[in-house]
Amino acid sequence: MADFVNNWLGIVLTAVVVISILACGILLIMQSKIKVKVGADGKPLPVETTGHVWDVDLQENNNPLPGWWMNLFYITLVFAVVYMLLYGGFGSYKGVLNWSENQEYTDEIKAGDAKYGPLFQKFMAMDIQAVARDPQAHEIGERLFLNNCAQCHGSDAQGVKGFPNLTDKDWLYGGDPQTILTTLHEGRNGMMPPMADAVGTPEDVLNVANYVLSLSGSRHDADKAKLGKAKFAACAGCHGENGQGMQAMGAPNLTDKTWLYGGNIESIVETINKGRTNTMPSYKGVLGEDKLHLLAAYVWSLSNPATTNDAAPAK
Amino acid sequence: MENTYNYRVVRQFAIMTIAWGFIGMLVGVLIAAQLIWPDLDFGLPWLSYGRLRPLHTNAVIFAFGGSALFAASYYVVQRTSHARLFCDKLAAFTFWGYQAVIVSAVITLPLGITRAKEYAELEWPIALLLTVVWVAYAVVFFGTLAKRKIEHIYVANWFFGAFIVVVAMLHVVNAAVLPVSMWKSYSVYAGVQDAMVQWWYGHNAVGFFLTAGFLGMMYYFIPKQINRPVYSYRLSIVHFWALVFTYMWAGPHHLLYTSLPDWAQSLGMVFSLILLAPSWGGMINGIMTLSGAWSTLRSDPILRFLIVSLSFYGMSTFEGPMMSIKTVNALSHYTDWTIGHVHSGALGWVGFITIGSMYYLIPRLFGRTEMYSKKLIEVHFWVSTIGVVLYIASMWIAGVMQGLMWRAVNDDGTLTYTFIESVKATFPYYVIRLGGGALYASGMLIMVYNVVKTIAAGKIEDAKIPALPAAAAHA
Repeated sequence: MADFVNNWLGIVLTAVVVISILACGILLIMQSKIKVKVGADGKPLPVETTGHVWDVDLQENNNPLPGWWMNLFYITLVFAVVYMLLYGGFGSYKGVLNWSENQEYTDEIKAGDAKYGPLFQKFMAMDIQAVARDPQAHEIGERLFLNNCAQCHGSDAQGVKGFPNLTDKDWLYGGDPQTILTTLHEGRNGMMPPMADAVGTPEDVLNVANYVLSLSGSRHDADKAKLGKAKFAACAGCHGENGQGMQAMGAPNLTDKTWLYGGNIESIVETINKGRTNTMPSYKGVLGEDKLHLLAAYVWSLSNPATTNDAAPAK
Repeated sequence: MENTYNYRVVRQFAIMTIAWGFIGMLVGVLIAAQLIWPDLDFGLPWLSYGRLRPLHTNAVIFAFGGSALFAASYYVVQRTSHARLFCDKLAAFTFWGYQAVIVSAVITLPLGITRAKEYAELEWPIALLLTVVWVAYAVVFFGTLAKRKIEHIYVANWFFGAFIVVVAMLHVVNAAVLPVSMWKSYSVYAGVQDAMVQWWYGHNAVGFFLTAGFLGMMYYFIPKQINRPVYSYRLSIVHFWALVFTYMWAGPHHLLYTSLPDWAQSLGMVFSLILLAPSWGGMINGIMTLSGAWSTLRSDPILRFLIVSLSFYGMSTFEGPMMSIKTVNALSHYTDWTIGHVHSGALGWVGFITIGSMYYLIPRLFGRTEMYSKKLIEVHFWVSTIGVVLYIASMWIAGVMQGLMWRAVNDDGTLTYTFIESVKATFPYYVIRLGGGALYASGMLIMVYNVVKTIAAGKIEDAKIPALPAAAAHA
């Protein structure tokens, strides 16, 4: 109740609610005595109008309220009072059952954990690489992936602009099982600051961009690339002197042809000028440790498909 | 002047009702098609779904429905008061002002200028203009009631009056913002309070704009079209006050299973259930007015529009309370079932009662007794009825299917379906929905033709206020 101003509001609201329900009830009781008038012969008399006339011929009969309708009304009023006594609804009164949405949620989660927990515990005890080769774990992992990861990385896990492809061997932060698990648990914040000032003039930026393209043997202007080489020093702090990147801080390798934001000259100039910010959210609170264990195994398996050398999964 | 009714402003609003109705529904057809062929936005931000959807809702609720309510309330309050509208100039201002609000919406919403509150998207300068127009509306309406020549206030006017007063209150409270620039503002409420204020507004907009206002329409045009007395004066009193007492609390059912406090959610659910009987009270009163004259339904397509609107009203006011039950809501929320529910109310109830009322009203506003073609009204009725049924049936199936797919769980506790699988499964129902919507919109086109022909052969004149029988005169 406190989140709605303070307690007086609860009291006022309770009063208004009670008055509203009572008013409806009183209206009904007042009308319940009025029945269809019956004549001496036992047949209902014709209904009289109220005697008011509007707009030449507009009149109103004055039939009593239909009984079934009044009963329906009474039932809903009684239900309302009983429900609110049981579940709350009169201001801060919690109700006889002391029910709360949060408690119901917690109970449901607990019941779910009790039901499904053992299955996930079984896989928790296994090594991630072993989990990756288990068909049942693979199936669960895929389902988790499709409902939680596919929104960004795609149903085929091949990513789109700004969201990495998970099926290749090129990793921003590392692709070993433990690192993948860490990424899932903690999330990642990728941040490249705008580098235009550090690099120099717009021409310098263009030169550096050409140099960056030359690192992967992509199409570039060799003269400009030569001029850009010296200015690349500003980038080397993160991407390394040879542009091979640094997984410890998620700085991409610039010597391959995998590009998160596009590998043409315009995209690279834009990246240098404006920087890039990207976030992979932490899933620890969303899925919990045991499901992330399965998910890490699934993601790892995408770039490490089973080979004939692998041991057959335990049946 | 004072011995005639002011039909000018009624004519203006009635014509705009038809025009905005067709336009608003056409935008609806476009966005329904976009859900099937996403490329129909042609890569233009102004035509993107997210911007056109509020344009559709604003155009049908406020432009079509609003203009209809202005037209009907101005007509009814004059005729049942035996008095000309209070202040012609102010009435004219409400017409031009209200149309200015709508045109502003048509411009700003596609530009992406929005407060991002559903059904309250218009930015603060437009919201301010609407407030001024609404105050003028209240002055004209209640001013006319004040000079009525008949002592008793006819029941339709209670409903129109409640609609005007409550909508003013809802709008002012929910539009409280801090402007930061000409076209940007922030709500003065934050977090869950903001959500609660929004849905207190949102559901009462349904209750008092889309229900009370149109019940006012129903209470005049149904007895007039049948030429029989309203079924029960008592019932109208009881269900009117019951609606007023209970509608105010139903808003939280839009926020079940959210961070809204439990007590507010429970309150919203039980008051939504209580609403069932008061809502049905209006339906009973309308349908039972026909008691003893059922055969007229066969020969009179206008009456059929009016009466069938009440069956849709009864259906959606049953469905609404059911969907407010927490257990049901757990399945229905966020699915297309909600879209189906809204459209059984919007197309079936609001649309049909408006169409029927306009078919009654328009010939009379242009010095005639009947529409150009009764046959076309007949065709319109069947085209739109089939349209509504296709629309809501497909959305029911789609909604229940989505709800079931989203909650389906495998033996290992993981979800059986991904979201995109539920989208794929919905595809055929989106196609059927588009068909239903297109039928309904083409019905409006038939109406446009019929109205144009009626007006072309009519004449513009204001009706004389009839003399009152001595006994009925104001004391």
